[in-house]
Amino acid sequence: MASSTSFFRRNRRRIAPWLFLAPGITMFLLYVIYPVFQSINISFYEWDGLGPKTWVGLQNYADLFDDPSFYTSLKNNLIWLVLYLLAIPAGLAVALFLNQTVPGIRLYKSLFFFPFVISQVVVGLIFSWFYAPGFGLLPKIIKVLTGSEIAVLADERYATLAVIAAGLWPQTAYCMILYLTGLNNINPEQVEAARMDNAKGWSMLWHIILPQLRPATFIALIVTVIGALRSFDLISIMTVGGPYGSTRVLSYFMYEQALSEYGTAMGYGAAIAVVLLAIMLVFITLFIVRMLSQERNG
Amino acid sequence: MSLLKIIAGLGFVLTASSALAGQIVLNSDQSDPAPKKAMEELIADFQKANPDITVKWNNFDHEGYKSAIRNFLTADPPDVAAWYAGNRMAPFVKAGLFADVSDVWDKNGLNDTLKSTASSMTIDGKKWGVPYTYYQWGIYYNKDVYKKAGVSEPKTWAEFVANCAKFKASGIDCVTTGTKALWPAAGMFDYIDLRTNGYEFHMDLTAGKVKWTSPKVKAAFAEWAKIVPYTTANAAAIDWQDAAALLAQGKAANYIMGNFAVDAFRKGGMTNDNLGFMVFPEITAGLARAEEAPTDTFHIPAGAKNKEDAKKFLAFLASPDVQTKMNATLGQLPVNTKAKVGDDPFIQAGFKELSSAYALAQFFDRDAPADMAKAGMEAFQEFMVKPERIDEILERLQKVADKVYK
Repeated sequence: MASSTSFFRRNRRRIAPWLFLAPGITMFLLYVIYPVFQSINISFYEWDGLGPKTWVGLQNYADLFDDPSFYTSLKNNLIWLVLYLLAIPAGLAVALFLNQTVPGIRLYKSLFFFPFVISQVVVGLIFSWFYAPGFGLLPKIIKVLTGSEIAVLADERYATLAVIAAGLWPQTAYCMILYLTGLNNINPEQVEAARMDNAKGWSMLWHIILPQLRPATFIALIVTVIGALRSFDLISIMTVGGPYGSTRVLSYFMYEQALSEYGTAMGYGAAIAVVLLAIMLVFITLFIVRMLSQERNG
Repeated sequence: MSLLKIIAGLGFVLTASSALAGQIVLNSDQSDPAPKKAMEELIADFQKANPDITVKWNNFDHEGYKSAIRNFLTADPPDVAAWYAGNRMAPFVKAGLFADVSDVWDKNGLNDTLKSTASSMTIDGKKWGVPYTYYQWGIYYNKDVYKKAGVSEPKTWAEFVANCAKFKASGIDCVTTGTKALWPAAGMFDYIDLRTNGYEFHMDLTAGKVKWTSPKVKAAFAEWAKIVPYTTANAAAIDWQDAAALLAQGKAANYIMGNFAVDAFRKGGMTNDNLGFMVFPEITAGLARAEEAPTDTFHIPAGAKNKEDAKKFLAFLASPDVQTKMNATLGQLPVNTKAKVGDDPFIQAGFKELSSAYALAQFFDRDAPADMAKAGMEAFQEFMVKPERIDEILERLQKVADKVYK
């Protein structure tokens, strides 16, 4: 008894952090790391979720790379990734615009932040109505301008873009709030000094403000890239992957194949998940490497 | 002490969940008002007829049930579960999750009274469930719109197509549908294929015995292509209820739909006077007329704890009086030939249509395996928007079929 107590006492400083971390680490291992390896394992089997599993090796991956739906999903993921980044400059613009002291500015700020607070499902519904042929606002506007209605969500050319536009609404608000906090921490002395050196407008923004906002930009970039890759709810609400699967992204494709009403291909779905994980890992690694190098330098 | 209490508590929970003698657990998805009422009546009547048995009913949301059943059949099987006939039950039968109920059929003479659906309940020569209701599909039309456009009810497919041009001239969609949820397009394909190539070919196609790239399939799509230009342009963007509203508002003339849509038409202000129903017209002359009649069923999971009483429940469900009462509430057709059919004109029309049919198909997503059904319905939706891509679409479908039916 005595020796064990003293062992704990001697190493208390080393043990204590691990004890505090233990619940989190356990959960993370059990619910994140273990399922990752489980998915990788399932992706080598043909399995309908009910019957016996059959080992098929890399067959699921071979099928996947031969499946046009996979390339549609991959292409849409890329479009999401690129266009979703627009949320960063848009968020910055709104933040700069709102970063002033006029009466009632708190109200405006909260109004701009509002879309981030409401559920993605609600955002999706609002935009579905906005786009709905027959009574939506957008088809009416298009009709006034061109004389004919377009149901954007049913047109393979515009559907993905229309869903991304809906996604940008809350994402811009998110980036805005990141930049607003960043702007609060701007060093006023530097701004003052720059003003003395006759810096104004764009040069002030580019050389003085933006460098100080770099941490905010970095976080905004991370959340936006991850947000683009895990886009799912808006697609599920607004288009259900359609028209004829043209708005699918990898995460939705996986859900359809493995878990939806008509999907029973667990192995195939797992293979899609593994590919998605590999793509995400590229970005996550990039971010972590950068973060570590910054910490070392800073 | 406290440990003992926990163990005692656990023991209590365990005994409570393993069904008490004389109790059956029933899982189903009657979340809409009419089916829910029909179920409540059914359970009350069953308990009255069998005072020693109580039914514990878990009613699921309609969409959620389809994924939930996969979990509860393996993890915590009830004694009775609702599902569908045809190929839709095949995965559960093959995985050994449904129990063989052939003895219920034999003992109660169901092979005669439920004859019309016997084949769709049979896999490997055994019966796997008991059907209690079905409903017809066909063409629902707006009589006022027909009058307005000066068009009479078509007798043949050629007349139907010719009418479409007249509707177009009056600014009316000849055919309406809403394919956002995909399945309404499958109803159109089923009928056009059944009428172009016949029941046997359609069943072979959904069973993977003939190729999607075969000329006969192309012929069916060619017939379909004749009405595509006259179909509601934004069909892919709207739900089936939205299309029902278009018909009720007089913006569309015809709707290839199931009888459950009558409710939606009536809510949209239509009455028996201006809502019409016709059997899908003949395309290839002389083909035996097959119809679409999706059947709803109850099954006993293989892991059921109280199969004895569950079988009593299925036998009760199959009896003519019970099916008469249930389907009066549901507004659908009883499967039992000795049951009485409701007075509603559309139910009567459906009874006439189905009882004189050569054969009954279940529906594309119940006749074809799930992954094929999904790919097929997406293809139908695409075809309705881009009919010129037909060759590409059929080749893709054949590729899916090669994988699904291997």
